[in-house]
Amino acid sequence: MSNATGRRTATLVIATVIVVGAFGWLMLGNIEGDVVYFYTPQELLAKGDAAYDRAVRLGGQVAPGSVKWDADALDLRFRVREGTSEVLVHSKGAPPQMFRDGMGVVVEGRFRRDGVFESKNLMIKHSEEYRAPKPGEKPQEMYRSLIKGGSTS
Amino acid sequence: MTRVLGASALLVALGASVAALVLTILGARRERPTWLAAGYTATFIQFGMVTAATFAMIYALAAHDFSVSYVAQVGSRATPLFYTVISLWGALEGSILFWAWVLSLLTALVVFWNRERPGALIPYTSATMLGTGIFFQFLLVGPANPFGLVSPVPTDGPGPNPLLQNHILMGVHPPLLYLGYVGMTVPFAFAIGAMASGEVNGDAWIRLSRRWTMGAWAFLTAAIIAGMWWSYEVLGWGGYWAWDPVENASFMPWLTATAFLHSVMVQERRGLLRLWNLNLIVATFALTILGTFLTRSGVLSSVHAFGEGPIGFYFLAAIAIVLLLSFVLVAGNSERLSGDGRLEGVASRGTVFLMQNLLFTAFCFTVLVGTLFPIVAEAARGVKVSVGEPFYNRMTLPICMALLFLMGVGPALPWKAADRETLRAKMLPPVGGALVAAVLGLLAGARNPYAVLAFAFSGFAAVANVGEFVAGARARMRQRGEAATTALSRLVNTNRRRYGGYVAHLGVVAVAVAITASATFKSEHEATLAKGQSMRVQGLDIRLEEVWGRQEPQRAVIGATVAVLKAGREVGRMDPRMNFYPTSQQPIPTPAVRSRAWGDVYVNLMSFKQDGSNATLRVIVEPLVPWIWAGGMIICLGALIAMVPAPRRAPVESTATERAEREASGTPSAPVAAT
Repeated sequence: MSNATGRRTATLVIATVIVVGAFGWLMLGNIEGDVVYFYTPQELLAKGDAAYDRAVRLGGQVAPGSVKWDADALDLRFRVREGTSEVLVHSKGAPPQMFRDGMGVVVEGRFRRDGVFESKNLMIKHSEEYRAPKPGEKPQEMYRSLIKGGSTS
Repeated sequence: MTRVLGASALLVALGASVAALVLTILGARRERPTWLAAGYTATFIQFGMVTAATFAMIYALAAHDFSVSYVAQVGSRATPLFYTVISLWGALEGSILFWAWVLSLLTALVVFWNRERPGALIPYTSATMLGTGIFFQFLLVGPANPFGLVSPVPTDGPGPNPLLQNHILMGVHPPLLYLGYVGMTVPFAFAIGAMASGEVNGDAWIRLSRRWTMGAWAFLTAAIIAGMWWSYEVLGWGGYWAWDPVENASFMPWLTATAFLHSVMVQERRGLLRLWNLNLIVATFALTILGTFLTRSGVLSSVHAFGEGPIGFYFLAAIAIVLLLSFVLVAGNSERLSGDGRLEGVASRGTVFLMQNLLFTAFCFTVLVGTLFPIVAEAARGVKVSVGEPFYNRMTLPICMALLFLMGVGPALPWKAADRETLRAKMLPPVGGALVAAVLGLLAGARNPYAVLAFAFSGFAAVANVGEFVAGARARMRQRGEAATTALSRLVNTNRRRYGGYVAHLGVVAVAVAITASATFKSEHEATLAKGQSMRVQGLDIRLEEVWGRQEPQRAVIGATVAVLKAGREVGRMDPRMNFYPTSQQPIPTPAVRSRAWGDVYVNLMSFKQDGSNATLRVIVEPLVPWIWAGGMIICLGALIAMVPAPRRAPVESTATERAEREASGTPSAPVAAT
C-alpha cells in the first residue's frame, strides 16, 4: 500500500467516524424525548409531579360501571384500573364496538394536572389478537343478538 | 396418510439437501465432475420433496384433515376455500414450509441455469443456498413441524386468525414478501460463493446475480406496498404505515438492497466498493433473517406476532452464523478486494451513488435502533417503552429529503466529473420543476416546511428523470430521423437497465408525493348519525341509509349503508362493515373506500346501536392515496424493464453514434456494459 493510499484511507476512516458519531449522537442523544413509556395506573400515580404532561401509555382494565359514553357529543369517560389504583380517562371519539367493562385497554395520551388522563388513542389489549373463546363465552350468540337488533335485509 | 407423506417428504428433503451440500462442496474442491453432477441431482430431489410436502399440506388444508397438527391449528370447515388455502402462510409452521419451498425452488433454478459454468463459483453458491435450506428444513422436521400428530382428531378447527381472512390482499402480500425475502438469498449466496471460490475480484458474481437481485427487490417492494394497502383496507384507522416493528422488519432489508442495487453499478463501472457491496448484501440477508426472527419469536408485541415459540433462538443462532461466516470470508479475501479505480471528481454520478449509499445505510441503522430499542430498554432497565413516530420522523425525514434530491441529481450527472456549463444546463429544468411543485404545494395549503420541501424535491426528481427520456429520445430523433415514439421505445430497449431505473425513480416520486399529500391534507370527521341524517365532509354529504346484519358461514357481518351526495345529488353508495369472527374478541373492521385519482373517501363504521337506529361513522378524506399503490406498481414496472434481457441486436445496429453516446456517459465499450 503506497503512502498516498494510506493517507487517503486514514482520511476516509476519520471522516466516517465523525459522520457516524454525529449521526449516532443526533439519534441517541434525543431518543429519550421520543420514547413513550408504558405505565400502570399505580406506576403513573407514584411518579408524582413527573407524571404530568408527557406522552405515556397507560394500561389496565376498564373499571366496571365507570363508562360514560355520549354518542352525540362523541365524548367518552371511563376509569382505568389496575389493582386498587384508578385513573380517570377522557377521550374524544367512538370507542371500539366491543368496548365494555372489565376489558383490558391501553390508552395513549397525557396525564393532566387536574387528574384526568387525556387520551388521544384508545387501544384494546387482547392476548396477541387471537385466541379461541373460553368455555362459557359464546361470541356467536352475542353476534346473533346484534343481527336481530339490526334490521335484517 | 397425508400427514405421513408430508412428514416423510420433508425428512427425505433434509437428507437430500445434506447429501447435495456435501457432494457439491467435495466435488468442487476435488474437481470431480461426477460428484458435482450427483450433488446437483440431489439438489433437484430436495426441491421435488419440499414441493411434495407443500402440496401435501395444501391438500390437507383443503380436505380439512384435522389429524395434521397445522390444519388443526388454522383450519376450519366454515372458512371459504380461498382463505383455507392461503392459511398455508397464516401461522408459523406453514409459513416456514412455504419459505422452505420458495428457497428450494430458487436453489434448483440457480443450479439449473448455471450448472454448465466452469469453476467453483456455482458449486459454492449452490452450497450456500443448500445450507440455508437445511436450516429451514431442520426447523420443519424438528421444532416447527407442521405435520405433527393430533390425537384425538378434532372434528373442526378454530380457523385462521380473523385478521388474515378478512381481505384478499392477504393472499398477495405474504407470497410477495417471501419471494422478496427468500430471493435475497440468491445474491447473498453468490457473494459467499465468490469469496469461497476466490472469484471475488472478477465481478462475475454480480453479473450472474444481478437479475435475481432486481427480481427479489421488486417482490420486496411490491410486498411492502401490498402490506401498506392491506393495513389501510383492513385495520380501519385510515393509515398505511405505523413504524410497526414488523413493517420495519421488511423495510430494513429493502433499504440495504436498494443501496446495493445502486452501488454495484459503481463496482461494475469503476471497480470500486467491492468490500462495501459484499457487506451490503450480507447485511440484507441477515436483515431478512432478523425480520423473520422479530416476526416469529414473539419478542415484540405487534399485530404480526401470530406465532410464538422457541423458534426465535434458532433464528438468532442463524444470524450469528451468517455474520461470523461472512466476516471470516471477507477477512480472508481482503487482499483481493482492494479497488483498482477511483471516482472522478465531486460532481459525478459515482459520488452521488456513494452519498446515496451512506444515506440508505443511515436510514436502515435508524430504523434498526428504533425497532430494537424497546427490547434493549426492557432487558437492561426493566421499563416498557415504545419508540413512536416522532423519533422516526425526526431522524428519517431529513434523510428522505436528501434521497429525493439525489434521485434527481444522480441521473443528470455523467460518470466523469461534470463541467460547470453542463451542470447548469442539466440542472435548470429540474430546478424549475422544483419551484413549480413547491408553489403548487403552497397554493394547496401546505405550510409544514418538510411538506413543501418534499413537494419541491419530488418535482425536481420528476423533471430530472423525465428529462433523461426526453433528452435521449431527442438525440435519436435528431441523429437518425426517428419518429418520437420509435425513438423513445428504441432508447429504452437499447439500455433497459438505465431507463428501467428512471421509471422506478418516477414511481418513487409518485409514492413520495402521495404520502406527503395524504399526511398534509388528510382530514378526519366523526359523527353519530341517526337513520336518514347526514354529515358534511369537504363538500360531500354522507347520509346514513341503513344499518343491517347478516350471518355468513364463518362470520357475522354488521354493516351500514351510506349514500354519498354531491350538491344534494347522490353520486354513490358505500357500506362499511364490521365482521364478527367466533375466535375474535373484537370485530374486524372493513372500511369502505371510494377511490378517485385525486384521493379517497374512507368510511369506517365505529359503532352502532343494537336496534339499528343509529351508527357512529368516521369519515377520512385522504388526498392522492391511490398514487401510493400506483407508484408501487410503477416501481415494479421499472424493475421489470431493467430485468428483461435486451433483445439481441445485429452488430450492424450498434452504430458509431450509439458508441459515442455511451462513451459520453462514461460507459466503457467493453461487453460488461451490456449486461
